[in-house]
Amino acid sequence: MLTLTCPYCGIRAEETELHPGGEAHLTRVGPQGTDEEFEGYLFARKNAKGVHFERWRHAYGCGKWFLAARCTATLQVFGTYKAQNAHPPAEIVEAIRQARPDWNPDWTTE
Amino acid sequence: MSDAPRSGRYSVFAIARQALRQHSGWQRAWASPAPRDRYQVVIVGAGGHGLATAYYLGKNFGITDVAIIEKGWLGGGNTGRNTTIIRSNYLQDPSAAIYDKALKLYEGLSQELNYNVMFSPRGLIMLAQTEHEVRGYKRTVYANNLQGVSTEWVDAQRLKELVPIINIDGPRYPVLGGLYQARGGTARHDAVAWGYARACSDMGMHIIQNCEVTGVETEGGQVRAVNTSKGRIGCDKLAMVVAGHSSQLAEMAGFRLPIESVALQALVSEPIKPCMDVVVMANTVHGYLSQSDKGEMVIGGGTDGFNNFTQRGSWQHVEETVRALVETFPMISRLKMLRQWGGIVDMTGDRSPILSTTPVGGIFVNCGWGTGGFKAIPGSGWAMAELVAKGSPGPLAADFGLNRFREGRFIDESVAAGVAH
Repeated sequence: MLTLTCPYCGIRAEETELHPGGEAHLTRVGPQGTDEEFEGYLFARKNAKGVHFERWRHAYGCGKWFLAARCTATLQVFGTYKAQNAHPPAEIVEAIRQARPDWNPDWTTE
Repeated sequence: MSDAPRSGRYSVFAIARQALRQHSGWQRAWASPAPRDRYQVVIVGAGGHGLATAYYLGKNFGITDVAIIEKGWLGGGNTGRNTTIIRSNYLQDPSAAIYDKALKLYEGLSQELNYNVMFSPRGLIMLAQTEHEVRGYKRTVYANNLQGVSTEWVDAQRLKELVPIINIDGPRYPVLGGLYQARGGTARHDAVAWGYARACSDMGMHIIQNCEVTGVETEGGQVRAVNTSKGRIGCDKLAMVVAGHSSQLAEMAGFRLPIESVALQALVSEPIKPCMDVVVMANTVHGYLSQSDKGEMVIGGGTDGFNNFTQRGSWQHVEETVRALVETFPMISRLKMLRQWGGIVDMTGDRSPILSTTPVGGIFVNCGWGTGGFKAIPGSGWAMAELVAKGSPGPLAADFGLNRFREGRFIDESVAAGVAH
């Protein structure tokens, strides 16, 4: 059973306590967005087989949304972090690198 | 073994003849040749949908220069992992059309393929256990009757006659009635794949197992070849029919699909004497139940809510499903479960499939069947073959294109069939 630590209240919560919320770090398209951009925002998912970032809600706990880094091919959890992060923080990237040396981030930090 | 002899026609005389020869003369049902350098059409995925696509390419369009390549073994993915339910009682017109086409083809499939797929039109009931479901299913019945798909509303008393083991007075979710499709039922899932494979092999097509695609070669926006663990295979047209791994294959070709892959589970009990001769689906409580010819109770449940490629699901869904079914079928409460397994299903936003051209010329996708692909196999293959042969969709596939997501033209089955699909 999937166990994630809520980064807000620090509780190790198992799956029935949590509610999954799909891919993390999606950027909402503004009013000027094209049809293609809006379609991408709504539907085109990475659906990665391997390292994956997603949203979870501690539904039967503190009720807050947080983010998790997971491997969809092995169900390994690399870590969880607060939803206010625009990209996975350095310690999460480091944890993923430890387990998956050939994995590289597909975002650029400002 | 390159080109095995044709498997010959199966009949009662063939069995008698073999009986006299101590069954020493049976041939393999399909050949396992080494891949050639190129084919007119390469189909990735030798599950039911891929093999049916190949079969109707040959039968309806005379295209037999076809290879069906498969990274594992034939029918080893979701074709061999589903709960074998067949029905066509969908709400939306395009869905009803393609699923009913599939059901009609299933009705004659054993004769057509000369292979017993054990199609058993034993009837199928979807239970209404809330007032909302009563209204929803009555609406579906009206829609089905307009579509020419015969379904009917049955009240709780009639339902109890059809399914004597059911408890219609459950404390939490009493059974208020149900949607009954008498033509629905089950078939032997492996046999569907094996029957199509045998027919394809007999037409001279190549079925290549243990052959994983590692890359897709394109040139000027047109597909040229696939690179595989058995070498490069050139092709004019490429059909991707790989369910849960559609996103990965599309990425190799440089485009994205509106697909997310999640685990769906099923389990079977120890075999018991015949006790239920219909398929029952209970969507409010997330469970469906039928009895196999061997006597096992076959149980399906809900999907996990998160992306997963491991072919095993969360334990709480097993518990949830069994708990719900025990309330509706108290007599199964002491059954021991024999096996539990998972499959990776490809979910789209509107819970309807994708049969479509793609941004790359010559590449076609057939995916997004999600939790309910088995019932659609013949219809899906029929429509996909037309799409691949002509390069544009026929009437069955026309509404299932990728462009519907951009245009907001959904075929929304998520309300009617979000769980048990």
